[in-house]
Amino acid sequence: CATGINMQAAHWLAPRMTRQCGNDFQEELVIRPLHSGDIYASFQFRTVWETDFMRGNKVSHYRLFPKSLGQVISKFSVRELHISFTQGYWRTMQWGQPFQPSPPGAELWVWFQDSVTDVDGTWKELTNVLSGIFCASLNFIDSTNTVQPSASFKPLGIGNETDHRFLRYATLPREIVCTENLTPWKKLLPCGSKAGLAVLLKSEKLFHSSFHSQAVHIRPVCQDWQCKTTSWELRQTLNVVFDLHNSAQGKREWSLFKMFSRTLTEACPLASSSKIYIDITDNPQGEQFEVSPATPLLSQAVVLGDRRTFSVYDLTQQITFGTVRSLNLLIRWKSSEGDMLRPLLHAERYVAGYGLQTGEIHTLMYNNHPYRSFPVLLLDSVPWYLRLYIHTLTVTSKGKDNKPSYIHYQPSKDRLRPHLLEMLVQLPPNSVTEVTVQFERALLKWTEYTPDPNHGFYVGSSVISSLVPSIVAMDTNSTRERPLFSSFFPCKEESSYFVRVYTEPLLVNLPTPDFSMPYNVICLTCTVVAVGYGSLYNLLTRSFQIEEPSPGLAKRIANIIRKMRGVPPL
Amino acid sequence: MATTEVERRRGQLAALSIAAVVIIVGVPLWWRTTETYRAWLPVNQINELANLQLQLSADVEVVFARGTVTPEQQKKVPTQVVISLCLFCSSPLEADLSLHTLSESPCGSLVVYVIPESSTLLPEDVDVYIGQRRTALLRIEQLLAHLEPRIKQVLQVMSFSHTDITAALSDRVRLSPGNKESIADSMRAFKSSPGYEITFSLLNPDPKSHRVHWDIEGAVQTYIQPLLTKLAPLANFSIDSQTLYYAMLGVNPRYDSSRSAYTLNSDSLAHVINPVEARLGSNAASSNPVLNFLLYVPDAHHSPLHIHDHKKQEVLSNAFHSPRWGGIMVYNVNGFYGPEAVFPVDININMAKVMGVFLAQLRLLLGVQSSAPPPGFLVAPCSSTGLADWELDRLMWSRTVENVATATTTITSLAQLLDQIGNIVINDNIAQQVSSAVTSLQLAVAELEAGNLGFALQYSKEAILASERAFFDPSLLHLLYFPDDQKFAIYIPLFLPMCVPILLSLLKIVSEARQKRRERQAKKD
Repeated sequence: CATGINMQAAHWLAPRMTRQCGNDFQEELVIRPLHSGDIYASFQFRTVWETDFMRGNKVSHYRLFPKSLGQVISKFSVRELHISFTQGYWRTMQWGQPFQPSPPGAELWVWFQDSVTDVDGTWKELTNVLSGIFCASLNFIDSTNTVQPSASFKPLGIGNETDHRFLRYATLPREIVCTENLTPWKKLLPCGSKAGLAVLLKSEKLFHSSFHSQAVHIRPVCQDWQCKTTSWELRQTLNVVFDLHNSAQGKREWSLFKMFSRTLTEACPLASSSKIYIDITDNPQGEQFEVSPATPLLSQAVVLGDRRTFSVYDLTQQITFGTVRSLNLLIRWKSSEGDMLRPLLHAERYVAGYGLQTGEIHTLMYNNHPYRSFPVLLLDSVPWYLRLYIHTLTVTSKGKDNKPSYIHYQPSKDRLRPHLLEMLVQLPPNSVTEVTVQFERALLKWTEYTPDPNHGFYVGSSVISSLVPSIVAMDTNSTRERPLFSSFFPCKEESSYFVRVYTEPLLVNLPTPDFSMPYNVICLTCTVVAVGYGSLYNLLTRSFQIEEPSPGLAKRIANIIRKMRGVPPL
Repeated sequence: MATTEVERRRGQLAALSIAAVVIIVGVPLWWRTTETYRAWLPVNQINELANLQLQLSADVEVVFARGTVTPEQQKKVPTQVVISLCLFCSSPLEADLSLHTLSESPCGSLVVYVIPESSTLLPEDVDVYIGQRRTALLRIEQLLAHLEPRIKQVLQVMSFSHTDITAALSDRVRLSPGNKESIADSMRAFKSSPGYEITFSLLNPDPKSHRVHWDIEGAVQTYIQPLLTKLAPLANFSIDSQTLYYAMLGVNPRYDSSRSAYTLNSDSLAHVINPVEARLGSNAASSNPVLNFLLYVPDAHHSPLHIHDHKKQEVLSNAFHSPRWGGIMVYNVNGFYGPEAVFPVDININMAKVMGVFLAQLRLLLGVQSSAPPPGFLVAPCSSTGLADWELDRLMWSRTVENVATATTTITSLAQLLDQIGNIVINDNIAQQVSSAVTSLQLAVAELEAGNLGFALQYSKEAILASERAFFDPSLLHLLYFPDDQKFAIYIPLFLPMCVPILLSLLKIVSEARQKRRERQAKKD
């Protein structure tokens, strides 16, 4: 809102209720009952801030957009920022595709504006500042775990610049996510945790789950289809999977209260839209589960290549809360049967080999499509202390060699930068493609080991990005009003949709020395030196003379007796 | 017998030569290889800084209007007399402006115009008029007797007084305690810093009932920016604003049925800030001090809300400030409710009223003193920038002195620390920073003495930057935690077995030599 008084005056007169001065806030919760009996809840909060950032204006007046993040993007000339904190691993084969994928631990990728000259220095400063904002150990991101992917991470917002010199990507697979990361994340919301959907975000329940992932995505977006006005979009997402046995004591019955220990009483007054979606696609006649209170509102959205049906609860309508003025959604399962659609793309990874010298990384990529093949981009960032033998790289599918059409490999430098391997591989229909590469374990310096070196060293997840053929036509109109969960990845083609899959992180043992060794070695060497020196010293300084042989034992006793008798000795 | 004596002699010589090799080669080698690198520091100059005498001097130009001095007086007056043009202006304000165009005085200096006793330029009871620039008009009856004390007074108002300098030094140097009020004054203002962040926050605890709009962009441009532009030589300022929802005050206001309003006592104001501060968010992008200005719109259930002072009287501005933190203003909105209030109510904040309060608080917090002038003085009304040139000068004088004091204490305490802990590595870049800080300090002091205020401030800022950079350099921490007992734990297994035989044989040689001498003495006797 740069034009000041006139523009604001116009907005006071404008009928739009909550849209003030180019600021807009939406909140949304999607609940998807999973076939395993678990339940998947996905929150999205979207703040849009209309501003003319591309012309280098110094923007400093914040309304709905959080000031701390605004200062960060303007100080470090950030064009796009994606950060996620995840606890647990998303089980694609059991749960299907998530709305926003994220690897275990922390992940950060940033596109800088092309006006930045010292990208590495800015990146270092940025990670330090973000580590303060999110109370996370992002300050451990340095050149040894940062890469510049050439193809895998394209900007998700507007902008033509795709020179990967301005991109930085780093993961911290070891990062533990907990309450201290959630609190600053909630503070970024305009309503905090005081009103709206965010009242459900209670850490004692959220972290008592089998998967928890929270993320912040900032990107520039268009306001209209001609892109005359641009704005910053801040998406805060939080995904959580509640476990059937852990949280529900094995009963196939879920309610808002059971999941979050809270019910909903109002929408955030600042939100222009506040909705709850429940995925009822697999349950058209209510034979699988029953949702109460029932809602007449249904919505269809194409998400992840599939047309899904949702029951919608609009929290801005007073009628949603009924007579008790509180909404406690209840989902009760009727049968435990039914089968889930297998995800078309799926990947896993493990480390093979024995001993502490060499090993082999295996990455398996599954194409479950019955008749279509599609290309995938595989990104691997491996720390320098696993020395990859790149000549041993093999890609095989269906027992045959599958030559990648594009390979970008950047070898590591010890203690400076990691290996970066990017490949474009065509996955044949209904197949498993295996990528293997051998490595040698390096011996670290004794100060480079972590405090618990016998736990092992983490290697971040591989990232597999792909355009997967979709079953139904995708919606490519990006400016139409759509639910937030279906509009994160921009979609250019109708026949395919974008998917990113993360594999498991690896835990690799490195040869670990005995850490009390240095002192033992010092003591032992010193003793040896001292003994050698001592004898040499004795040899040099003592004078040797022949000693009279001492008298025998009998003679000595005889002498004692003679002495007692007063006779001179012998 | 002779062979054993020769043999013994050889053993003694061998022991002596081994001891000599250990002392001449071994000890220096060990010393050189385990020593920490310590670059040279200008210790003498730093010690000189510790007892530094500050001398401030300001240029005062005294201009006599025609008819003020008689020719014989002219000979006695030490200053060169400039006969200025006559002032045909009707008011002192115009005179001030026209005189300003006459001569542009550099910052830190003053021009005092002495006008005839008969002049009607100044009102009856006013003898001294202080303009918006660096000028003052003076009317004196007995010229020579009263000129000097009058000019001294003018100087104290327009440049610096003893209390200002004491206040600027109060944090660094322990001086005799002045009166309570001056201490409170000195503690209110922010400490000198190369930059400040000013944050305006609109707190709306009740977005369900109030939809509050404020034109902060326009208000900042109109009210705050001119002042900050004027203050630009002093420090860099950056402004931002934010709106916070559901931000509550820390205390529950009490309902006063006689006024049918809620009240906040002056005692409870201290508890207001802490819970709000958690929401304000620290400044992520810089480490400069933040000046917070909060505009609090009370929620509909606690409205109207008034702040009461110690005498249980309503505070007219409904605002208060917290020293070295910022200001809070309560903005009551029940006037907007109207007869049939439909919540949420749209509220348009009167920024002129708000910014008037915030501007006054900003002046206080930046240390622009507005102490009452002595009797007989008339101070020109504020110009559009909100700050007269001489007020800026005053601020620059005290800030320069404060900077010099801060940099001096930083450098001397760093030198002391490095002197005390021998384990700290002093890298070349730290030594360089320290020397540049010392040089800048000396230059700043010299410029203060010469009366070049602008340069003095510049050098004092450089001194602060260099000294802080040296003091907070992370490389100073590297060897700090390498205690002596651990070193000895490592050295003892080697040194003990090596040194004991050497010492023993040395002792033996000494005792034998002594015995031999005693025998010789006995033989002689």
